[in-house]
Amino acid sequence: MSQIITQFPIVFEALNVGFLQTLKLFIITLVGAIPLGLVICLGSMSKIKPLKAITKVFVWIIRGTPLMIQLLIVYYFPGLALNNPVWGGGEEGRFLAASVSFIINYACYFSEIYRGGIQSIPVGQDEAGMVLGMTKSQTFFKVKLLQMVKKIVPPMSNEVITLVKDTSLSRIIALQEIIWAGQAFLKGSQGISGAIWPLFFTGIYYLIFSGILTVLFAKLEKKLDFFR
Amino acid sequence: MSILEINHIEKSFGQAHILRDISFEMEQGQTVAIIGSSGSGKTTLLRCINFLETPDSGTIRVNGDVILDAAVDKNLTDKEKRDRRLHFGMVFQSFNLFPQYTALENVTLARKLMAREREDYKANKKAINQEIDAIGEELLRQIGLYERKDYYPHQLSGGQQQRVAIARALALEPDILCFDEPTSALDPELTGEVLKVIRSLADKNMTMIIVTHEMAFARDVADKVIFMDEGVIVEMGDSNEVINNPKQERTKQFLSRYTNEGM
Ligand SMILES: Nc1ncnc2c1ncn2[C@@H]1O[C@H](COP(=O)(O)OP(=O)(O)OP(=O)(O)O)[C@@H](O)[C@H]1O
Ligand SMILES: [Mg+2]
Repeated sequence: MSQIITQFPIVFEALNVGFLQTLKLFIITLVGAIPLGLVICLGSMSKIKPLKAITKVFVWIIRGTPLMIQLLIVYYFPGLALNNPVWGGGEEGRFLAASVSFIINYACYFSEIYRGGIQSIPVGQDEAGMVLGMTKSQTFFKVKLLQMVKKIVPPMSNEVITLVKDTSLSRIIALQEIIWAGQAFLKGSQGISGAIWPLFFTGIYYLIFSGILTVLFAKLEKKLDFFR
Repeated sequence: MSILEINHIEKSFGQAHILRDISFEMEQGQTVAIIGSSGSGKTTLLRCINFLETPDSGTIRVNGDVILDAAVDKNLTDKEKRDRRLHFGMVFQSFNLFPQYTALENVTLARKLMAREREDYKANKKAINQEIDAIGEELLRQIGLYERKDYYPHQLSGGQQQRVAIARALALEPDILCFDEPTSALDPELTGEVLKVIRSLADKNMTMIIVTHEMAFARDVADKVIFMDEGVIVEMGDSNEVINNPKQERTKQFLSRYTNEGM
């Protein structure tokens, strides 16, 4: 116990550094995947048959294979198979590769959620807008958008909380996120080795982070509770 | 001159020929009821009149002006359709209120959006919106829902929702208001309040086309009844005549199903 207390400041600082990387990956994934998901969604609902087919196959592949494989392929494939290591070897390269993998992966999940939201709006809303002389964009922005948002908030909340934990998959390409930081004290780092507790302690970070998000999403859902 | 003149409307969906040579006219202030069995094309006809469907051929005239000639108007832009359909209002069977807006906001939304196109909008924004709110409140008063103006649709009964939908359509001051089975989605005890509102509009000489299965209502409120079957107008004329003394065999057959309903 006293050992933990003496180790704590060192571990705490290292975990904070790792968590910062986790947080960065989390944020950049959302910033990229939320709009990209919309693009993919529009593709998968396109009237242009080939575009729709290609998009659907792409979404199927991304959602049908583990994110871990996607991470490995995105990170190693350019260097090993194409002899063109676009990412470079450093932490920055690993972060870029992880970001690209996560954005593509989550955009595909988001696109399906958006599609569900769009398709859940009854045609009667469009028709009511039309007979009232509203333009298509007025009907979309003034009538349908908020109804869609309300529909997609619960599934988005699930995905976003899953993302919190999924960021740890980037450990597989040695991104120095919080798990990597915790594990370092198992192998030996800064004079501490064979310590398992830092790894357990990372769990606290995840719990607090996902707890905060859960509360925020619940608030948002409540805000949208005024209509049905 | 007739306020509305429909000539030779034809409409098919794929192989299915749904409307065949539909022609009729109506005068300002008249109420026309359209009756007929399920699948006879009543909704499709209303949708053609409201530009929700494009007829394959035929013309629609309002006050003598051709607003749709299917032969030349095949590819109307959204804007053209919008301007022309504003001659008509539409009340749907399923209300289709906007759930995130209050009763009053439902009534005023479209009109407020339209007001933005006015040249003096920027300068008089506040006054214009206040004026539209006042119009909306007056309409809600007329349908007996002023006290519920800040309720959301889900807080209103079906009958109340349909009355709001009627006020919403009236807010744009259409020349002709169309109803597609306005009481069919309602519990029987709620149909009365909606029919009462429609009746009061008829008393104020609103020009209306009402698709309905309420035969007694059609007879009492409409000036003219059109009976449709399999996409054609089988019989049309004075409402009392058509409903009490139908000439055509098919009309008689159709109406015989309703004779037990206290007409
Ligand atoms: N968009 C469409 N595509 C294909 N067929 C359609 C379409 N809309 C309507 N129909 C067909 O047209 C026919 C007439 O339908 P419509 O809804 O006009 O009948 P209706 O007289 O209003 O019936 P109801 O009393 O049940 O409302 C039906 O056979 C219907 O299946
Ligand atoms: Mg119908």
